[in-house]
Amino acid sequence: MKFDFTEEQKSMMEVGRDFAEKDILPTQEEDEKAHHFRKETFKKMAELGFFGCVIPEKYGGNETGHLCAALLTEEIARVSASWTLPFNMQMWGPAFTILNYGNEEQKEKYIPALVNGDVIGAFAITEPNSGSDVAGMGTTATETDDGYILNGQKMWISNAQTADMSLVYAYTDKAKKHKGISCFLVDMKNNPGIKTAAIETKLGLFCAPTGEIAFEDAKIPKSALLGQKGDGFKICMWQLNNTRLGCAARGVGIARGCHEHAIKYALERTQFGQPIAEFEMIQDQLALMYVEYEAARLLVLKAAYEKDQGNIGNTLSVSTAKYFAGEAAVNASGLAMKVFGSYGYSSEYPVERFFRDAKSLQTVEGTSNIQKVIIARAILSK
Amino acid sequence: MNIVVCVKRVPDTETKIKIGGEGTKIDPAGVEFIISPFDEFAVEEAIRIKEKLGKGEITILSLGPADAQTIMRKAYAMGADKGTHLNDATECQDTLAEAQALAAALKGMQFDLLLFGKQAVDYDNGAVGVQVARLLNIPVVSRIIKLDVADGKATVERESDMGKEVVEVKLPAAFTAEKGLNEPRYPKLMDIMKAKKKPLEEKPAQLEAPKLTIVKMDYPPARPPGKIVGQGEESVPALVNLLKNEAKAL
Ligand SMILES: Cc1cc2nc3c(=O)[nH]c(=O)nc-3n(C[C@H](O)[C@H](O)[C@H](O)COP(=O)(O)OP(=O)(O)OC[C@H]3O[C@@H](n4cnc5c(N)ncnc54)[C@H](O)[C@@H]3O)c2cc1C
Repeated sequence: MKFDFTEEQKSMMEVGRDFAEKDILPTQEEDEKAHHFRKETFKKMAELGFFGCVIPEKYGGNETGHLCAALLTEEIARVSASWTLPFNMQMWGPAFTILNYGNEEQKEKYIPALVNGDVIGAFAITEPNSGSDVAGMGTTATETDDGYILNGQKMWISNAQTADMSLVYAYTDKAKKHKGISCFLVDMKNNPGIKTAAIETKLGLFCAPTGEIAFEDAKIPKSALLGQKGDGFKICMWQLNNTRLGCAARGVGIARGCHEHAIKYALERTQFGQPIAEFEMIQDQLALMYVEYEAARLLVLKAAYEKDQGNIGNTLSVSTAKYFAGEAAVNASGLAMKVFGSYGYSSEYPVERFFRDAKSLQTVEGTSNIQKVIIARAILSK
Repeated sequence: MNIVVCVKRVPDTETKIKIGGEGTKIDPAGVEFIISPFDEFAVEEAIRIKEKLGKGEITILSLGPADAQTIMRKAYAMGADKGTHLNDATECQDTLAEAQALAAALKGMQFDLLLFGKQAVDYDNGAVGVQVARLLNIPVVSRIIKLDVADGKATVERESDMGKEVVEVKLPAAFTAEKGLNEPRYPKLMDIMKAKKKPLEEKPAQLEAPKLTIVKMDYPPARPPGKIVGQGEESVPALVNLLKNEAKAL
């Protein structure tokens, strides 16, 4: 067992760190206030190859692997959680899923464009009445002579209003229960049956768009079907087991950002004639943040490493990492706010943003409860 | 156009430097090493010239211990083509001896442009680039902020307190890069992966016995705490008095 990073991995972390500090941080607060998704930042990330880590060179990727992608995600989340969403919306979600389940035509049409940022991606599972219970979805895809007709509503979809393409999960056969769900590659623009609206009532992740999608007799071609009819549920679970790694790495980055800010502040802020870092209760908080960050990071690295070794379906490791890192991020941001006192409660300092962003991790891509359900199921059936 | 860029491995500017080696060297333990930032400007400039001309070859030359190769590969990832590592396990601190070793290696190379950073941010001597140019008997312009190449000539700009200077030089020539010359790019992930495959030649550095040795290194003295003289207008005379007689700043 080796705990060293390769020279290349170190270089990539450096690129991630520099990019976050020089290209994201300077406009972060402005964009946060304006709820602005800065297209240039997105394009630049794509150009550097950030969305090609797990994609073969043949489709425009760089084959640097899941571990590298997780490390980059951490570096970016340390500065801005919002800006790690594109890793999931481009790469771990649509591109990697199409790579595994798509036919050659679908791969060529979508993967290079998702990697180079020409196409903005999304994946649409959740609905107003169906979240954790994926099979409870109501969206349908009715087969016709020349394609399918989509009807239904998707909710809380990252990039809904900005996406050019989306994986859309819908029932082709309701009677078959979860075995009647199929997955479609849907071109989101120029379809009169597709309407989107932004959700502006979020608590955080303001630089990452979220919205809803309404399908009203939206016609899509036969070629939009990914895999076989009825594969949708299986594809969805497979996809989530990859995108969750991205969420977990985001949690690690948030936890790190929080503890770094807290350490710096604790050494600078003086009360009762000494830096607050001298108080044992503050030290306890800092130590706790560090321990959880470090543990979460090791879980993420392990899950990413397993995928790079070919074990893509490593649900137990991924859900463990996603659960722990999500909770660690929330704990770290809460503790950092305490260390910062009133300034922790102020949008003038970043920990307040970390706190709002971190909370999403207990919900997105399977709530913390759902991760525990998956973990328990896996360990009980061992 | 053939361009050679000399780069040096230096401690990351964000690391807290510790003195080691019987008080005469920087202790390398726990230190991350980077390309000296001014050398990075030189690398970036070389790549931009190559991109603009659509042809040419960029060679990296680095004198230093074994892990100088790590920073050479960073220059490769940015866009350099090949390089030579002059291995020096002694971590020579005599700029003239280093310049002689670099010049000896450069004598066997064909180049139109020879680029350096204006100084390495470890010992901040700012000497090597100019010394190498002198040893090779080629013109040198130091601290440049703009470089244009055309028809066997380079037009460069440099800034001083007096204003701006525009200089024309016949090639081959040497230049040392100042901050402001450009904004170095981030290497693409793909290029980081490919960097390992580019040729890297290793040779022992031919270093003469140093004529200069560092006898002792010391940390800068701890800054004394600030002093609040008083408040409001009435405290101004006391402040002026202290600035004059204690701080000797006026
Ligand atoms: C910012 C943001 C971005 C999102 N992006 C996307 C996206 O791109 N695509 C997409 O499809 N969805 C997206 N979502 C939706 C997200 O995946 C869902 O919100 C999530 O799956 C939970 O579903 P729900 O909100 O309907 O909660 P519910 O499923 O209604 O859960 C409510 C509560 O009940 C608990 N619960 C439910 N079932 C169980 C159980 N079996 N055991 C124990 N507890 C249970 C949950 O843990 C939770 O606490 C996004 C959400 C947010 C907030």
